[in-house]
Amino acid sequence: MVDNSLELLLKNLPLLLDGLISTLTIALASVILGLLLGCVVGIAHLSRSSAVRTAAKIYLEAFRIIPVIVWLFVAFFAIPIAFNLTISGETAAILILSLWGGAEMSDLVRGALTSIPVAQFEAGRALGLSEIQLYRQIIIPQAIRRLLPGAVNLITRMIKTTSLVVLVGVVDVVKRAQQIIERTHEALPLYAFLFVLFFILCYPLSLLSRWLERKWPT
Amino acid sequence: MPASANRQILLSLENIRKEFGSRRVLDDVSLDIHEGEVTVVLGPSGCGKSTLLRCLNGLEPIQGGNLRLRGEPMPGSTGDWRAIRQQIGMVFQSVELFPHLNVIENLLLGPVQVQRRKKAEVLVEARAWLQRVGLADRELSYPRELSGGQKQRVAIVRALCLNPVAMLFDEVTAALDPEMVREVLDVILELAHEGMTLVIVTHEMGFARAVADRVVFMDEGRIVEISPPSIFFEQPATARAQRFLDKFLYLPRHAEQKL
Amino acid sequence: MVFDLSFLTRHLPDFERALLLTVGLGVAAIVGSLVVGLLGNAFRNLPLPGARLAVRSYVELARNTPLLVQLFFLYFGLPSLGIHWSGLTCAILGLTFLGGSYMIESIRAGLDAVKKEQIEAGLSLGLSRFQLVRHVILPQALATALPGVAANCIFLLKETSIVGIIAVPDLMHLTLGLIGLYYKTYESLLLLTLAYLLMILPASWALARLERRLRYGRQFA
Repeated sequence: MVDNSLELLLKNLPLLLDGLISTLTIALASVILGLLLGCVVGIAHLSRSSAVRTAAKIYLEAFRIIPVIVWLFVAFFAIPIAFNLTISGETAAILILSLWGGAEMSDLVRGALTSIPVAQFEAGRALGLSEIQLYRQIIIPQAIRRLLPGAVNLITRMIKTTSLVVLVGVVDVVKRAQQIIERTHEALPLYAFLFVLFFILCYPLSLLSRWLERKWPT
Repeated sequence: MPASANRQILLSLENIRKEFGSRRVLDDVSLDIHEGEVTVVLGPSGCGKSTLLRCLNGLEPIQGGNLRLRGEPMPGSTGDWRAIRQQIGMVFQSVELFPHLNVIENLLLGPVQVQRRKKAEVLVEARAWLQRVGLADRELSYPRELSGGQKQRVAIVRALCLNPVAMLFDEVTAALDPEMVREVLDVILELAHEGMTLVIVTHEMGFARAVADRVVFMDEGRIVEISPPSIFFEQPATARAQRFLDKFLYLPRHAEQKL
Repeated sequence: MVFDLSFLTRHLPDFERALLLTVGLGVAAIVGSLVVGLLGNAFRNLPLPGARLAVRSYVELARNTPLLVQLFFLYFGLPSLGIHWSGLTCAILGLTFLGGSYMIESIRAGLDAVKKEQIEAGLSLGLSRFQLVRHVILPQALATALPGVAANCIFLLKETSIVGIIAVPDLMHLTLGLIGLYYKTYESLLLLTLAYLLMILPASWALARLERRLRYGRQFA
């Protein structure tokens, strides 16, 4: 049975790889946009203006409380009607995943910045460093260390969440697998393949996150 | 405190050997502790004094030698130490009251759960002890509400509620703020005066001198000297002991004295 | 944007039913996950060779694969082996499989946080291993683990939104059905969003309160 399964997978590999490229493209785009957005909003969480802080908080909570899949469907179904646009599944996916990733990242960034003891700022200033020097040499390196394990963990979660895009019509690796199943009725090997595939994508990141945590314990 | 010569041997350590990996921490240590005797163990850091204490209630397994309580051998590294631990109480430097229980609950845990005594009976005893150490009104307080000295006094009482025949004190004042050290030492001194068998590891030299029946000086895992306090602190028998004491009595150095 | 209020009121009972199902599913998943979390840690600490590795393998496997794939595997894949579980069963199993791994980690963190010295103090009083776990280790471990466990619970409640894909009549399933049938997109999505707000908001608020109280308590520890 295993031989047949492997043969099946090999025969359909081009299709699956095509789907995988789609999955990875969406994941990559979302990760890049999301992490960047998260840095900006993360700093906004610490703004002196309470209006900015509140806006950031509402954004964060909105994506914390409403599940991503709900947001996906809101984007995919409501935007075309609201703005009289046609929106592809891919666009909706990247939009929502970026926004969600940005929200989660902003919380990580805020956590990283606030966990640096005030004494570090004071010591830097006492040494005569300018604000730019202070941030570049002292604060940002420390913030990145505190941020990285959680950020890597977030990337893992984003890759997993990308699997949801099949539900808004994106022809990703899950959809391709489903197409093959429709044709061949061999559900088990294909879902096993997806299982292993995502594991191969995510496990190294999980290890990386653990290694980072051990390397830079807070 | 009468001389130890005529008293029964309560605890005996025979040729104790203990290693941490390849490092020998206790090397052929032999010692007899008599009933009612107060033994103070002194020595530089890393000499093995805390380890020695922890071997006495099985927290550290030994690799060689014999431990006996009233002549009966103590359990080995795989044995059941519960019975022994009810007879030999221990108080730690870091106190270790259970933070999720209040004072009286901390005190009742051992007697009620381990010794299966009736709660009402233990309550009477526990309250009496709290009264004696001046903490009767703190019965329902949680450890986080107490000062370091108060917590340590509760820890001592917690061990006493099991009615042990001997008590081990592992540097119990080393982590306390200086002004709280006295209140704890006073409790220990009182126990000594009542004739309890105590084995004390401490850095408080004045206290050691006041409470000890004899001083056991250790260095590098071996017992170097055993002397009564009057001799040890004035004119120790060994040069190593003298060097150790020099570190604690801050006398200015002469030009020719080596470090 | 015009809202058809009559549509909203007409389908409120449907949403109520779906919400109850979703909450029930979430609660079942939470309970299952907690059981797995406790058993997993108990097993992990047994003096059996390979126990730790087995638990670690399970945790990594469950955490590094998407719930969607896990559910598809259970619902569409297992029938090839002759196992035909209902959508609801697969949903509970899948959520428990995933949630259990998160709970194992949270409870483990709580257990690791109990100081060795606390255990020594308990041993010095003559406590048995069982008494030690019951009176000294577990109370402290669970208190430390509580924020993580609560966060996992909220996570599981949110993840229930995916189970519609395997024919479980939950909120998502209902919403998509309504949109498909009546094209009342805004109204359906509004009800959907409200339903999730209703479900998650109280839990999220309770968690925030819990975290604040624990931090306050810790200040004076």
